[in-house]
Amino acid sequence: MSTVSSPRLGPGAARWSRKHLLGLEDLVPEEILAILDTAESFAEISTRSRKKVPALQGRIVFNLFFESSTRTRTSFSLAAKRLSADTQDFSPSGSSVSKGESFIDTAKNIEAMGADVLVVRHPTPGAPHLLAQHLKCSIINAGDGAHEHPTQGLLDLMTIRRAKGRIQGLTVGLLGDIAHSRVARSNIWGLSKLGAKVILCGPPTLVPKAWERLGCEVTHDLDAVLPRCDVVNVLRIQFERQKRGLFPSVAEYSQFYMMTQQRLDSAKDDLLLLAPGPINRGVELTPEVADGRHSAILDQVTNGLAVRMAVLFLLSGRRESRGSSFEETDGHPPGRRPSQAPHPSGSGPGSVGAGDGLDQDRTRSGREGGPGGNPRP
Amino acid sequence: MNPSERQLCDGPAMEQLISTMARRLADARRAGVPLQLVGIRTRGVPLAHRLARELTPLLGSEVPVGAVDITLYRDDLGQAEHWPVLRGTEIPFDVDGADVVLVDDVLFTGRTVRAALNAICDLGRPASVRLAVLVDRGHRELPIQADVVGLEVATARGDHVRVRLHPVDPREEIVQIEAGSQAPPRNGRPEP
Repeated sequence: MSTVSSPRLGPGAARWSRKHLLGLEDLVPEEILAILDTAESFAEISTRSRKKVPALQGRIVFNLFFESSTRTRTSFSLAAKRLSADTQDFSPSGSSVSKGESFIDTAKNIEAMGADVLVVRHPTPGAPHLLAQHLKCSIINAGDGAHEHPTQGLLDLMTIRRAKGRIQGLTVGLLGDIAHSRVARSNIWGLSKLGAKVILCGPPTLVPKAWERLGCEVTHDLDAVLPRCDVVNVLRIQFERQKRGLFPSVAEYSQFYMMTQQRLDSAKDDLLLLAPGPINRGVELTPEVADGRHSAILDQVTNGLAVRMAVLFLLSGRRESRGSSFEETDGHPPGRRPSQAPHPSGSGPGSVGAGDGLDQDRTRSGREGGPGGNPRP
Repeated sequence: MNPSERQLCDGPAMEQLISTMARRLADARRAGVPLQLVGIRTRGVPLAHRLARELTPLLGSEVPVGAVDITLYRDDLGQAEHWPVLRGTEIPFDVDGADVVLVDDVLFTGRTVRAALNAICDLGRPASVRLAVLVDRGHRELPIQADVVGLEVATARGDHVRVRLHPVDPREEIVQIEAGSQAPPRNGRPEP
């Protein structure tokens, strides 16, 4: 049994041409929708008994994590595996990084091993952007300090869109440690680009007024804004990123900002509750709320896989990401790698150009501006 | 019609072909085994729905129709100049133990069918898979043949054969475009 909610492919799906995914701030709404629409197609694969397609056979996806992560790294690895790519994890401890190798050198060495995509997490904001300037392979930002975590933002958007059927016109509250949160930033960019109203809520030390400049409403009173929210995204208190003394005590924080059943009673009946995880039960939300009917926490994890498959798939479409130039001088498709040369009869135009599917316009959407299909000579 | 095109079949004649195909599918129906149609995107899907509509009175029951997107199974994915858009596989039934009929508009090299077979087999284990195509234009590159064919057409390797079907296309017909002439755009867009 395999079913999928019908993919809503907007015209944007045809327009993906980026090599890297560094943040949602750079993307136009059509590009965000292109990823979400592609992810809807990939969600179906996870419902199959055989959860694998051969799309990225022979590609190498390298996880380069300079910060601890289970969910994100596992999710990227699984996403790559479901697309039949090979995956390799790198962690700095026990590597040459401890011998003083620079960040860029480490990445260049990994690229030299044939990596097509680097999934990068680093405590320093902008680290993936730096790699994007120095490397030829595709870079995916899997979290750079408190800057952005685009795939988390995308999976939140996907979860909201699946539950509510839209993003436009919704009121979404981001609750908690906004100042230290890359998830908050990616959420703000993604949600506002797609037409949602964003309310930031938490203690003044964690939710500075200055964030109003990003077009958000800033408040410190959860009980006042909760009834207006369609969605609340409960962000984790980032104990590891905080200096001491940003709020008096965890107990006090919980009293004012923990999502409890009592608070939920004052919210809309169809309130959707998200939490990027890991969650601190009893700090940001009570266990019964985390496991309750409003919670979409586990849907987020499932959707995260689909979003990451979509991102890996879309980025792999860039020829440059495969280290080949786009020049085509002799009618042969450029940049074919041995592992991807399926036509035994040689690469002449006849054998490449016009498979029946190709001739039949398989690769293009039935919409204006659809992408071209195949390397027809 | 574009001057470089030769019409092989107009709308009513195509209707006839589809009826004949449906009758042949009905004749081959096995009692007790569920029959399912799976159209290959794009034009295999409306064709599968048309066949199902014709089959319903012949069999006295509805025939479920699914759609398979072969994009992720293409053998030339790594060579595509533009990355294809996914339109999704939607097969809202269990293919295990069923007689599945793959439906496509044109059978050419067989590579699309190969990809579709792999896609179907990733979803389960059908009792059988057969292939129904509206047009067989020859030039196979793989050992794949159709079980039910509406129209066989002799073509040169470089010719194009186009099936135009509602609701994907505004008018219904099958046309052949000679090799060398500029193939007209599909859905108003230029050829790749």
